[in-house]
Amino acid sequence: MMVTRKSSRKRSVVRKVKGGILYSLCLIGIIIGLVSLAILLYDAFADGLPWLDFQFLISFPSRFPEQAGILAALFGSIWVVGLTAIISFPLGVGTALYLEEYAPQNRLTSFIQLNIANLAGVPSIVYGILGLGLFVEALALGRSVLAGALTMTLLILPVIIIASQEAIRSVPRAYREGAYALGATRWQVTRGIVLPQAFPGMLTGTILALSRAIGEAAPMIAIAALVYVRFVPTGPLDRFTVMPIQIFNWVSLPQPEFRGLAAAGILVLLAVLLGMNSIAIFIRNRYQKRAR
Amino acid sequence: MHAFGARKRARHVREWIIEKLLFASAIVSVFTTLAILGVLLFEAIDFFKQVSILEFFTETRWTPLFKPQHFGILPLVWDTILVTIIALTVAVPVGLGSAIFLSEYAPDRLRRIVKPVLEILAGVPTVVYGYFALTFVTPFLQNFFPEMIVFNALSAGLVMGVMIIPMVSSLSEDAMLAVPQSFREGAYALGAHKHEVVLRIVVPSALSGIVASFILAISRAIGETMIVSIAAGSTPKLTINPLESIQTMTGYITQISLGEAPFGSLEYRTIFSVGLTLFIMVLVVNLIGQWVARRYWKRY
Repeated sequence: MMVTRKSSRKRSVVRKVKGGILYSLCLIGIIIGLVSLAILLYDAFADGLPWLDFQFLISFPSRFPEQAGILAALFGSIWVVGLTAIISFPLGVGTALYLEEYAPQNRLTSFIQLNIANLAGVPSIVYGILGLGLFVEALALGRSVLAGALTMTLLILPVIIIASQEAIRSVPRAYREGAYALGATRWQVTRGIVLPQAFPGMLTGTILALSRAIGEAAPMIAIAALVYVRFVPTGPLDRFTVMPIQIFNWVSLPQPEFRGLAAAGILVLLAVLLGMNSIAIFIRNRYQKRAR
Repeated sequence: MHAFGARKRARHVREWIIEKLLFASAIVSVFTTLAILGVLLFEAIDFFKQVSILEFFTETRWTPLFKPQHFGILPLVWDTILVTIIALTVAVPVGLGSAIFLSEYAPDRLRRIVKPVLEILAGVPTVVYGYFALTFVTPFLQNFFPEMIVFNALSAGLVMGVMIIPMVSSLSEDAMLAVPQSFREGAYALGAHKHEVVLRIVVPSALSGIVASFILAISRAIGETMIVSIAAGSTPKLTINPLESIQTMTGYITQISLGEAPFGSLEYRTIFSVGLTLFIMVLVVNLIGQWVARRYWKRY
C-alpha cells in the first residue's frame, strides 16, 4: 500500500515538473521573439539616430557620408508606391468583386482562386525577374518608375484581392437580397450596397499591402539595379531608386560611416511604415464603429 | 415607351460592360502566372542552348562570373537548403512555443498585447533583418566562434528564423484555437494535467495546421532574398559548415541584378535559369503545404 502511494506521489511530482518544463519552454519561446524584436529596433536606433537629421532627409547620396542623404530614395519610394496604389487598387478590387459577386461557380473561377493563392506564395525576387523580362525588356519600359510600379502591382495584387474578398464577404447577404428584391441590377447592388460597406476593409487591406511594397527590396533591385541616383524622378519613365535599395547599398559599403547611414535610412523607412499602418488601423477602427 | 426601352437597353449594355471589365481584372492574375512561366522558360531555354541541362544539375561548381565558367546549380540549391534548415531550427520551436503559450497559457489580456507586438516582426522589411544580421548578430557570434567569417550562413539563417517566427506562431495558434474547448475539458475530466492536455490533445488535433505552418515557413525561407544577400556572402559552395560564406539562389539573383553581368549575356541569363529552379522549388513546397492542410483538415 505504502509503496504505491509513494510512487503515485512521485509520479504526481514528475507530472508537475513536466508541466513546469513545458510552460517554461513556451514562455522562453515567446520571450525569444519579443527580445529579438527589441534588440533589432534598439540596434537600428542606436546606430541610426546620430546620423538622422534634417540634412539627411534633403540630401542626395554621396561618396562623403556626412553629405549623403535619402532624398532620391524617399521620393523614388513615394513615386513607386503612389503609382502602384493607382494601378493595383482598381485591379484588386475589381478581381475581388468579380469573384465574390459575379463569377459563376465553375472550374475557371476555382482555378482563378487557386491561382491567386499560389501567386501569394511566389517569392518576391521571382516577381523581380518577371518585371525585368516583361516590363523592362519586352515592353521596353526600361528601368523606370513605371516598370517598378507594375512589378510591385503584380506582387501585391494577391494580397489586395484576398483582403478585399474578405471585406466583401463580411457584407450581410440580406442587404443584397433586399436590393435585388427592389429590382436593382447586379451592378447597382454591387455599387450601391456592397462597395460602400466593404470599402473600408478594402482600403485597409490595400494600405497594408502597399506598406509591404514600400519595404520590398529584392524585386526593386532587379528592376532598378542602379543604386547611385542623384535626382528625384519627375515622371513615370524616369530612372529611380527606393529606400530599401539605398539602405542595401549603404550596408554593402565597407566603411562604418555608411552603416550609420543605412541605419538612419532604416529609421526613415520604419517611420513611413508606421505612418501607413497607423492610417490603416485608423480607417479600420473608425468604420468598424460606424458599421455597428 | 420608346425612351424606357432605350434606357433599359443602355442599362443592359452597361451591366454587360462592367461584368466584362471585372472579369478582365480577374484574368490579370492568370496572366501573371503565365507571364512568370513564360519569361522564366523563354530565357531559361536560351540558357540551356548553351549549357547542357546535365551539367546544370550535376556539376558541383557554380562560377559563371569568372573563368573557367562552371554552371552547376547544386551549390546554390544546397546553400539555400542549408540556410533554410538553420532558419527552421529557430522558427519551428520558437514559433510553436509562442503559439502554445498564446493559445493555451496566456490570459486574454496578455495575449491581446503580446500577439500584435510579435506580429510586428512580420512587418519589418527584410533589408532591416539583413542589416541586423550583418551588424549585430555576426559580431556577437564571433565572440563565440572567432573563426567565423563576416559573411556566413549561420547569422543569415538565424535572423531569417526570427523573421519567420510570427508566421509559424500565428498559423499554429489559429489551428490550436480551432480545437474545440470540449476536447480539453474531456481530457481534464479524465484527470489530465495541463501539459498533457496540450501535448496529447491540442497539438495532435491541430497537427495539420501546425505542419502546414512549418511548410509555409520553408517556402518563405527558400524565397527570402535580402537577408542572405546582405549577410551570407557570395561564394556558393557545397559545405555543411555554417560559419562559412555561402550563396543562395536568391542571393545570386540579386548579385547579378545589381549589374555584375552585361544585359543579354550568358552570365545574365543565368538568373532566369536559377529563377526557374527557385520558382519550381517554392511551388512544390507550397503545393505540399496546401495538400497537407487540405488532406488533414478537420472541421470541429
